[in-house]
Amino acid sequence: MRDTPLSNCERDFLLKAIQEKKRLDGRQTYDYRSIKISFGTDYGCCFVDLGKTRIMAQVSCELITPKENRPNEGLIFFNIELSPMASPAFEMGRQSELLVKLNRQLERCLRNSKCIDTESLCVVSGEKVWQIRVDVHLLNHDGNLMDAASIAAIAALCHFRRPDVGIQGEEVTVYSTEERDPIPLSIYHMPICVSFSFFQQGTYLLVDPCEREERVMDGLLMIAMNKHREICSIQSSGGIMLLKDQVLRCSKIASVKVSEITELINKALENDKKARKTGGKFGFAESLPQERITALKTDVSPVEMSDVKEKANEIVQRAEVPPQTVPSPVLTAPGTGQVGEGLENSWGLKEEEEEEEEEEDETVELKMELEEGHEEKGRGDVVVISDSDSEEEDVVILNQVTTKEKASISNQQGAVASKQQQQQQKKKKKKRGQ
Amino acid sequence: MVCLFDCVILSCFYVIIHLVYKVGDVLLPGDVFSFQMPESITDSKPEKVVCGPGLRRNGDEVLVCKSGILRHKQPNLYWIDSQQRRYVPGKGESVIGIITSKSGDIFKVDVGGSEQASLSYLAFEGATKRNRPNVQVGDLVYSQFIIANKDMEPELVCIDSCGRANGMGVFGAGGLLFKVSLGLVRRLLAPQSEIAKDLEKMFPFEIVVGMNGRVWVKSKTIQQTLIVANLLESCENMTAQQRQTLFRRVADGSI
Repeated sequence: MRDTPLSNCERDFLLKAIQEKKRLDGRQTYDYRSIKISFGTDYGCCFVDLGKTRIMAQVSCELITPKENRPNEGLIFFNIELSPMASPAFEMGRQSELLVKLNRQLERCLRNSKCIDTESLCVVSGEKVWQIRVDVHLLNHDGNLMDAASIAAIAALCHFRRPDVGIQGEEVTVYSTEERDPIPLSIYHMPICVSFSFFQQGTYLLVDPCEREERVMDGLLMIAMNKHREICSIQSSGGIMLLKDQVLRCSKIASVKVSEITELINKALENDKKARKTGGKFGFAESLPQERITALKTDVSPVEMSDVKEKANEIVQRAEVPPQTVPSPVLTAPGTGQVGEGLENSWGLKEEEEEEEEEEDETVELKMELEEGHEEKGRGDVVVISDSDSEEEDVVILNQVTTKEKASISNQQGAVASKQQQQQQKKKKKKRGQ
Repeated sequence: MVCLFDCVILSCFYVIIHLVYKVGDVLLPGDVFSFQMPESITDSKPEKVVCGPGLRRNGDEVLVCKSGILRHKQPNLYWIDSQQRRYVPGKGESVIGIITSKSGDIFKVDVGGSEQASLSYLAFEGATKRNRPNVQVGDLVYSQFIIANKDMEPELVCIDSCGRANGMGVFGAGGLLFKVSLGLVRRLLAPQSEIAKDLEKMFPFEIVVGMNGRVWVKSKTIQQTLIVANLLESCENMTAQQRQTLFRRVADGSI
């Protein structure tokens, strides 16, 4: 799909508005859009929202052999991807100029500034070092990709924890997350990019351009700085001529912005650490405001009940004798339930056994349809066991298996598992019988 | 006996339940459409029902193919009102297009669909082979589709069937073009549009609304134009009350 072209009247209007110091969304010249930083459940996963621009960064690590000329330094690899969902102009698999520019800029900003201590990533000099890989995905393009990408990358690096390594003589053991707590990377400082866009040959300047402002700009100046007022990288594109005092003014603005953004990142990291420590729920799903999504709420919908009685009678007359009642389920191991001991297989024929299995599957399916069909939750005699590992499901065990249809069962796995166990027991008994 | 009852209830609901829908219900794609006859129609002869956008006939049944709210218009028209931002060209619709290139006798126009539409230079009022219209690349045109289906390239014209412009043609100097969802555009263009009425009370402005979700606004000052544009973009998901409160607040605090 092609991107929408910019019409003449939009361009004229934007330039005129900028001359009057007005921006499309009502910001001032030096204002950033609202930045939201949230972290995922894994260590090293970070989402950044800069207005409507949305970027996700994920950090991962693996052990590899180091470079020959630097045997005791770890490696860092950056990769930015422009997803086609971000803008109709981005196509899958096509290396565009913008992509190359962004990649190069992120590398320069984070690698050349030596913000990460690569020597601490060494495990065995010359043989094994950690390679840290930062993948940045663009999810929505509304201007100023570089700033958002740098914020996401550095926040994800600060959030990331690598597995602990123990060295005893010649032996190297990499401990998994359960054995020993993973340790964070050692980061010296946090470089953050700030973008300035220029209009009318450098006369007008805007900080944090949105997508439409980017289309009409003459040139872009990008300064990467940390909160100690050290410039990590500075780049000017578009071929505009800038005066010395303009650049100095931009760097002063950048230092103010960078210290604010660093504050924000630190606060977000703190909040996430607190949430993880207290055992509360954390991760991306939690940061979505609960009020807006009403997926679990539906109104009562009328159901055609006009001829249910007749249908029911018909089915009753045609129905076969159901299997005998089974006693209440027994928990053999967490996550599985067993219903009954398993009856003696009285059929004796292989095909019959398969039919029986199919019937049982059907009844299980019916049960599941039943659960989905009803929204009323009459608990009755039910015991709710919430597994602390699984965040989503609650395992509900029924005391009375004679299910009145009002009980909402969500232990589909338990029912199926119990049925399967029953079948297996039947098979075993049959084999023993034979 | 309890177990028998068990079995019965389970098998009962094995059959697909036909939910009776009321106008105003939220429906999802795949729902089989069956509705309650309004009491006004009491004759027992088979009713012809017109299915609007979002409903499709599949053999004997009518299926819902878009998610949205069921709407009804007397006497027998039903359709699904859904939110969408991506425009699909439809014949007879008036849209705002952006000229992207000139080649030979036709202009290529971007209307926000999957393909660019073509607009002949003779399709303007008073245009002849000698007297070409003054259209540049990047201009905005308000035009109508004469051909718009999935098998052919869409075609636009800037004149109506009598050969008069009737409001169509090149426009747009000095205003701002922005994009909104198709639902909001339809609400703006409805004959008794409340949003348009509320906006009129604010301050005078010119507005052109295209069915492809593009809206062009121009007012006396840039500030006012920006205000109108932002208001329209924000009243997408608001109820009527929230919208009126917002408009009142802006009118009180505005220049």
